[in-house]
Amino acid sequence: MDNVLSVENLTKTYATGFAALKGVDLSIRRGEIFALLGPNGAGKTTLIGIVCGLVRASGGKVTVDGFDIAVDYRSARKKIGLVPQELATNMFETVWNTTVFSRGLFGKKANPAYVEKVLRDLSLWDKKDANIRALSGGMKRRVLIAKALAHEPEILFLDEPTAGVDVELRRDMWEMVRKLRESGVTIILTTHYIEEAEDMADRIGVIDKGEIILVEEKHALMRRLGQTRVCVSLTQKLDAIPEGLFDLPLTLSPDGKSLSFTQMGESAGHDGSKDASLARLLKNLIAQGVDFASVQSSQSSLEDIFIDLVGKSR
Amino acid sequence: MNFSAVRAIYLFELARTWRTLFQSIASPVLSTALYFVVFGSAIGSRMQPIDGVPYGAFIVPGLILLAVLTESVSNASFGIYLPRFTGTIYEILSAPISAFEVLLGFVGAAATKSVLLGLIIFVTARLFVSFELVHPLWSLCFLVLISVTFALFGFILGLWADGFEKLQIIPLMVISPLTFLGGTFYSIDMLPPLWRDVALFNPIVYLVDGFRWAFYGVAAVGPAISLALTLTMLAVCIGLVVAIFKTGYRLRT
Ligand SMILES: Nc1ncnc2c1ncn2[C@@H]1O[C@H](COP(=O)(O)OP(=O)(O)O)[C@@H](O)[C@H]1O
Ligand SMILES: [Mg+2]
Repeated sequence: MDNVLSVENLTKTYATGFAALKGVDLSIRRGEIFALLGPNGAGKTTLIGIVCGLVRASGGKVTVDGFDIAVDYRSARKKIGLVPQELATNMFETVWNTTVFSRGLFGKKANPAYVEKVLRDLSLWDKKDANIRALSGGMKRRVLIAKALAHEPEILFLDEPTAGVDVELRRDMWEMVRKLRESGVTIILTTHYIEEAEDMADRIGVIDKGEIILVEEKHALMRRLGQTRVCVSLTQKLDAIPEGLFDLPLTLSPDGKSLSFTQMGESAGHDGSKDASLARLLKNLIAQGVDFASVQSSQSSLEDIFIDLVGKSR
Repeated sequence: MNFSAVRAIYLFELARTWRTLFQSIASPVLSTALYFVVFGSAIGSRMQPIDGVPYGAFIVPGLILLAVLTESVSNASFGIYLPRFTGTIYEILSAPISAFEVLLGFVGAAATKSVLLGLIIFVTARLFVSFELVHPLWSLCFLVLISVTFALFGFILGLWADGFEKLQIIPLMVISPLTFLGGTFYSIDMLPPLWRDVALFNPIVYLVDGFRWAFYGVAAVGPAISLALTLTMLAVCIGLVVAIFKTGYRLRT
């Protein structure tokens, strides 16, 4: 597999003595969207900070496209664009100047056409001569994204990009992320909006208390851990599971008023197997004269999986 | 060498001057002009020439340094403190640039401003009093060296400071009094012997004295000592900055 970023046994202990990263190993594939999920304080920002040069690692090794960040920091950093978690902007500068500044800082030749394209893509073009302090919070975030993209990075870090962001910007942002990926940019984002990871990511990593507890393809993860649960509420009490339904993994609730079964795997929600089982169950119930009031079916989301995982590691 | 990054930082910092034109240039020029009116013309007209230099002219080098020293320190310290304070430093830390290049951009810009300011005050002074430079090249050399040294010092201050008060206190409470007492308005030879010896502990005495030597060819301590001290201060500041960058002090956690 072609890895564009590799992190080996990375540790970070802050001056306070707090161990924010405890031996993190992580490989990011070229061109993927990788979502790093984790509760507050898990170490996401610290990890990104080390890769981008803001935080010094206590131990371990990070290579960006083969360049060690400690040795070939210039080559490594040139490839990276960072949109930080905090809104930090030069208040008194114009949008255009600050974006051009970023490009210069990364050693790229001036290219007004490219900068224009970045600003247009982020709906910032009509604000290009505006002072940043006159912009709304959402617009400021767009400016930070424009700055991060100004030097045409191959890897883009988005640290909690949608925290406190309005719906429109969020939509635009995902639109942009998709476009960037199409053009070959690798995107690593942290979030605790799990549905975002669910929508966008190719792979998902879960970090908690400075340790990566899981990295998987999103679909595989959903398949492995996701489950579909079907629950049929009955109008009358049953004493036992009706004959003829023994081949289904049915359970009868203690009060005897509902029947349910659970199927593992994401596929359950997509191909016909769950629906087929459900149809058979319903037909059988009708055939046996068991009346029912409602049928509910729910699929566990990544959020359930996440809570499950983080919960277990505590 | 990432020249484009140095250029970006340098130009950004100079642009900051334009935005704060009044504070950076106009206000020091105005206060210097006031000094000339009061000390140069009003009081100076009743003073004896010192070492053969008319009083109005005598105070010019010291007044230039008074502005240059404080502005070098406050410009450079603000330049680096502001991004630390607002958080925009993240971009500089994540950019493919070396510590030396960062320094070149920030300190270069602050020193440039100070040199320009020095020249502007020089021209302003020339409007009030007439004088001729004995060593014009040495004057420029001292001006540049001193600007760079104090800009470096300001950069260190901007890294060390954890609040705006500390930024303002050093130029206001340390640099500016030392410059006042450092022979701007008098020759230390005019002091009683004890106070003359005390004054020699003030490093700024040597700077003013050396700068005045370059202007008029007269000195109380001598240009060689002044130059040596300036270079020593420069070396100490460079050493400190190198140590700071090596340890990542106040920049990278
Ligand atoms: N500069 C610092 N000094 C001491 N502790 C820190 C520092 N920065 C972060 N931490 C601690 O490290 C942990 C991880 O922080 P962070 O990486 O920001 O987590 P996340 O981004 O996942 O919310 C937190 O407990 C935080 O308090
Ligand atoms: Mg964070």
